[in-house]
Amino acid sequence: MNLQYIGLKKINGPLIFLDNVKGIGFEEMVEIRLENGSVRHGRVVEINGDLAAILVFEGTRDLSLNNTVIKFTGKPMELGLSKNILGRVFNGIGHPIDDLGPVYVEKYLDINGEPLNPVSRLYPKNYINTGISSIDGLTTLIRGQKLPIFSGSGMPHNELAVQIVKQAKLTGSDASNFSIVFAAMGVTNDVANYFRRSFEEAGVLDNVVMYLNLSNDPIIERLLTPRCALTAAEYLAYQHNKHILVVMTDMTAYCEALREFSSSKGEIPGRKGYPGYLYSDLASLLERAGIVKTASGSVTQIPILSMPNDDITHPIPDLTGYITEGQIVLERELHMQGIYPPIGVLPSLSRLMKDGIGAGFTREDHQPLMNQLFASYSRVMDARSLASVIGEDELSPADKNYMEFGRLFEKHFISQGFVNRDIKDTLDLGWNLLSVLPKEELDRTEEKILDKFYDHEKAYYRFELNKNLYIKELKKEEH
Amino acid sequence: MNEVYSINGPVIKVKNANNFHIMEKVFVGKKKLLGEVISINDDHTVIQVYESTTGLMPGEEVICTGESISAVLGPGLLGNIFDGIQRPLHAIYKQDGIFIKPGTNVPCLDMEKEWEVDLKVKVGDPMRFGQIFGVIQETSLIKHRLLIPKNISGDVIMVKPNGSYKPEEVLLKIKDKNDNIHEVTMIQKWPIKEPRPIRDRLSLSIPLVSGQRVIDTLFPIAKGGSAAVPGGFGTGKTMMQHQFAKWCDADIIVYIGCGERGNEMTQTLEEFSELIDPKSNKPLIERTVLIANTSNMPVAAREASIYTGVTIAEYYRDMGYHVALMADSTSRWAEALREISGRLEEMPAEEGFPAYLPSRIAQFYERAGYVKTYSDKLGSVSIIGAISPQGADFSEPVTQNTKRFVRAFWALDKELAYARHYAAINWNLSYSEYIGDLSKWYNKQVGVGFLEARQKFITILAEENKLMEIVKLIGKDVLPDDQKLILEIARVIRVGYLQQNAFHKDDTFVPLEKQLKMMNLILYLERVANNVIREGKAFSLLLNTNMFEKVIKVKYDIPNDNLDLFDDYYKMIDDAFGAIK
Ligand SMILES: Nc1ncnc2c1ncn2[C@@H]1O[C@H](COP(=O)(O)OP(=O)(O)OP(=O)(O)O)[C@@H](O)[C@H]1O
Ligand SMILES: [Mg+2]
Repeated sequence: MNLQYIGLKKINGPLIFLDNVKGIGFEEMVEIRLENGSVRHGRVVEINGDLAAILVFEGTRDLSLNNTVIKFTGKPMELGLSKNILGRVFNGIGHPIDDLGPVYVEKYLDINGEPLNPVSRLYPKNYINTGISSIDGLTTLIRGQKLPIFSGSGMPHNELAVQIVKQAKLTGSDASNFSIVFAAMGVTNDVANYFRRSFEEAGVLDNVVMYLNLSNDPIIERLLTPRCALTAAEYLAYQHNKHILVVMTDMTAYCEALREFSSSKGEIPGRKGYPGYLYSDLASLLERAGIVKTASGSVTQIPILSMPNDDITHPIPDLTGYITEGQIVLERELHMQGIYPPIGVLPSLSRLMKDGIGAGFTREDHQPLMNQLFASYSRVMDARSLASVIGEDELSPADKNYMEFGRLFEKHFISQGFVNRDIKDTLDLGWNLLSVLPKEELDRTEEKILDKFYDHEKAYYRFELNKNLYIKELKKEEH
Repeated sequence: MNEVYSINGPVIKVKNANNFHIMEKVFVGKKKLLGEVISINDDHTVIQVYESTTGLMPGEEVICTGESISAVLGPGLLGNIFDGIQRPLHAIYKQDGIFIKPGTNVPCLDMEKEWEVDLKVKVGDPMRFGQIFGVIQETSLIKHRLLIPKNISGDVIMVKPNGSYKPEEVLLKIKDKNDNIHEVTMIQKWPIKEPRPIRDRLSLSIPLVSGQRVIDTLFPIAKGGSAAVPGGFGTGKTMMQHQFAKWCDADIIVYIGCGERGNEMTQTLEEFSELIDPKSNKPLIERTVLIANTSNMPVAAREASIYTGVTIAEYYRDMGYHVALMADSTSRWAEALREISGRLEEMPAEEGFPAYLPSRIAQFYERAGYVKTYSDKLGSVSIIGAISPQGADFSEPVTQNTKRFVRAFWALDKELAYARHYAAINWNLSYSEYIGDLSKWYNKQVGVGFLEARQKFITILAEENKLMEIVKLIGKDVLPDDQKLILEIARVIRVGYLQQNAFHKDDTFVPLEKQLKMMNLILYLERVANNVIREGKAFSLLLNTNMFEKVIKVKYDIPNDNLDLFDDYYKMIDDAFGAIK
């Protein structure tokens, strides 16, 4: 049923209102044709009897009450898909912008998707080797996981995302089955180009689909961009058995678009003006990751968000953290010290790693090593805060030991640059670092593991520890 | 005909209707979406729809049913997984594939399955609500006791012989005093927002033992009690709920995933099907009912999921079982209330939550209790609710209001979680008001020493707290040796006792007997060390014995089934400290 109406009753921000409409469905898509022939797209967001409110994705600029023809399409927004989308570039509402013409369509899918039945999911267990120690070792990425990067303006989140994409593609027997879906929301041309160039350098461009809503594109359109990207990802994963890595940036811009929509609709705002349903809305995107029983593909998500004021309790990172299966947090302090990647390991977490590491996956000692590194590094923080009060010289020998361990851990383990490090090397490095500390300090680890992996001598030589070997000094003083 | 007039997300309005009643179940539109009447005035009726309203049009029909949204109760609940409005997810998967579609219509329970029924009544027996009339072996773990449904009382005039029957077959006929004849099957419906009645509420005196040291020892919950677990993201609420679901000594577990992750429910389902209950040697899933209304499922059904779950819990309680209910997370439920309330343009109270939030929270936790049932048995429902406070700030309305209605509060702490001290329960902020009621039980069942040791632990942790104020300013080195010892023993308590590794085969569940032995060992270490220091020997010499580390690792080194090994440690301590010159 294709209904057409001429003229509007009211325009308010990105919303237009029509009256005397009949037979339209909630959340149906509409096309808005202007006098000059251009077409915009909208969605029915509320119906009150014969009055309909429509959200115009490209904005309402230049619209007047009588220069438009509204056509109701009779269905929610659908995206035309086939394997030919690989290698193509689309705008934020899924129209090709790479001058290669329309794509062949095998199937149309509703971009809103439908909730996956938990019974149809397979619990994700296969780890993705990213070659980055602080991720592989401490916040392992699992295929089918949603693991965001919490960043801030000016920090190297894009570099990190690209490094993950480049290095992750190299491993595993299904490497050839690996594709990337990239969604940009409100990022600059430079950033989009950076990703494009990097995909090209990595030789994967033919396996990348891009949906771009850049900073100068219509704001409300951003509400559709991640949905297009995820619909494409699900299609490729569940119908063509591909392993899809979805990179979405910047989720903060997405949320701001949602806030704008909500306030123009006159909804009661929640924290910082964001709508009360921000959690549910984000979940409707982020839950579209996973593995299902009926296909051998997977959807893994790496959303990137910039934390306003680096504040992790801001509603956007806060609600995201409640939905995702962990987070990789970048820290400005590390970044300022020139450490790359500046991953703050303590607040970072991967919830799915516990079943994807250890014997048979990475190595038997992975879990205990990880626990001990976290515990020891958090002791470093205590020592540092004490040192900032009484001065490092006044610290007890044990605390001095932790200070040294902290420096070495940041220098060797976190700071890695753009090298690709094998998981075995990451784990060995972790033990070498822990072996800087006296064995008794490793109180989270079972004795039999320590017997196998603790080696103070080795640490002493590898890191060229200070001549007055701390551990001997400690013993001396006590006797 | 009643027609849809307006549509705003999950909220629709019907104009000029007069035949609806509040909380009535309705079917909306061509797809027959499930809905519930939430308000009525002379102009219009407001309905919340439990499924996606995309594509719904004004003018589509709204059908009344005359009944409230109800849970369907009967055999087949255990081992199953449902969404928030009790639609069976396995059956939906078989019918519709990997996605859940609106308007899906599958019976809640398998109505074709035959059950072996042992009928316990005979013609002439007088029957009333809640009495047991038959028994079915529902899973190898649990006998399903069939209960007389509500509003039925009278004499049995017909009873089927024992045998196998389908759920909807009539097993019993009862004639009431007005000569009306009631047919009874295995199935009964119960409105989810109405608590099932009980004969008597009893006082709480038995703990729900979880094998989690920090809970059982410091902040226990009683059977029939309620507890809240607030914590920022990633602090371990879900892990704590899972640990309870796996190990606590309830007969039945109802686990509600309310607005949380799909993968977590899949994990629960997979893990519980494989995990073997140590007591019965059967898969844990056989005592478990799962309700999964994940965050991307319709928000109104999220609100219902809590009630569906607690109704099922009460039903098993009424058969004489101890049921533990986990709700993860009640914040998502409260947010569903807020979202619906917002769409209704109700006047918001704190942070946009409706003014009735506290009373809804109270009503939910009030459904916990230790009771005498109408089947004259003892049963209980214990409720453990997770809370996900915005920005991990406990001053927000859901945490604050929940605190008023629960008596155990397990505050999860971001700093502890960052240091990977799990369970990240902050011992300074957490509390349990049940300890007094449970003391008799502990003294009798575990030994008088248990609560005494507990008290000593609390004292040491409090002293550590005080000393840390000083240490933060001047460092540890300047403290006198006896205070250094306090800090060291507190560390042994924190790392060796409170911290517990859910992924370690022995440490994941620790029986009370071992908890007591561990506490006694730590306190013995403290006493002996104290004596050595009083003799004037340097604290550093004690450290060099490595005994503190040894005791910390007792949790791994002494398996749960070989507690005799504890004796060796006493000797080790004596020898090591005795050797100090
Ligand atoms: N007792 C424990 N033992 C070992 N690890 C734990 C324990 N509790 C929590 N963790 C670790 O912390 C992670 C996060 O825990 P969990 O998923 O329970 O957090 P949550 O509080 O439910 O977070 P959210 O609010 O986001 O759902 C787990 O994946 C696990 O790695
Ligand atoms: Mg959780």
